[in-house]
Amino acid sequence: MNESRWSTGEPRVPWEGAEILYGESIRIVGDDFEHGGEAAAKIKAILKQFGLDPAVIRRLSIANFEAEMNVIMYAQEAEMQLQVLPDAVRVILSDRGQGIPDIGQALQEGYSTATPRMRQRGFGAGLGLPNIRRNTDEFEIISTPGVGTTLRYTIHLQG
Amino acid sequence: MLMQELVDLLNCRVILGMEFMEGLEVTACFAADLMSDVLAFAPPGSLLITGLASIQSAHTADVADLAGILYVSGKSPAEPVIALVRSQRIPLLTTELSMFEACGRLYASGLAPGVRP
Repeated sequence: MNESRWSTGEPRVPWEGAEILYGESIRIVGDDFEHGGEAAAKIKAILKQFGLDPAVIRRLSIANFEAEMNVIMYAQEAEMQLQVLPDAVRVILSDRGQGIPDIGQALQEGYSTATPRMRQRGFGAGLGLPNIRRNTDEFEIISTPGVGTTLRYTIHLQG
Repeated sequence: MLMQELVDLLNCRVILGMEFMEGLEVTACFAADLMSDVLAFAPPGSLLITGLASIQSAHTADVADLAGILYVSGKSPAEPVIALVRSQRIPLLTTELSMFEACGRLYASGLAPGVRP
């Protein structure tokens, strides 16, 4: 199957060639429920050191946690890359996994393909991608079924 | 409501964080077992009331800037969860009451849902 793309929000900073003040990459392992949330927690601790607005840190952390749990539930592995830019913070999350056959459907609140085991952890109710969308200013999904998914999301620091 | 009053009202056992409770006020609560709901709708600073004692409940409290966690129906999290919450410096409580009864008592005592973020 072919790659499909979906995006929302007005891109302000180019994905290539932007000035990166700080970068960090954290590996996430699929099916590792016991550590599900650690990547989001680590990135939150880093962001606090930059003295960013707590509301921005909270929004990005919520997006990160949902995205991290999606990897644990649906993918084999992923790299979560944080980039702190002069006027934005953003995350690029590339996974190796089953991909998303229908992104439009996956973005509908309540649409879920989760198993009972996922739901026992308090996730898998079809709110993950909508929660990321709700908390970010730019959000892009690029997915190829059978290969994997890349999420890119950004929060603007001013205006 | 002071956290200490809440502990008395619900006959809670304080699992962790007695030292942070002095004068700590609870202004809002959010009750759910679905952590995605908490992440979407819980106001920062609210007390999470849940029956979900997995490590994700602790990460949710951290990520969403919550004031503490109250486990219902006598649930108590495993040691790795307690260790994680210890580093977050928030109180961890448990009550034998069900979710419904715990929420009912708190609501009847004047606690509000808070404003959605």
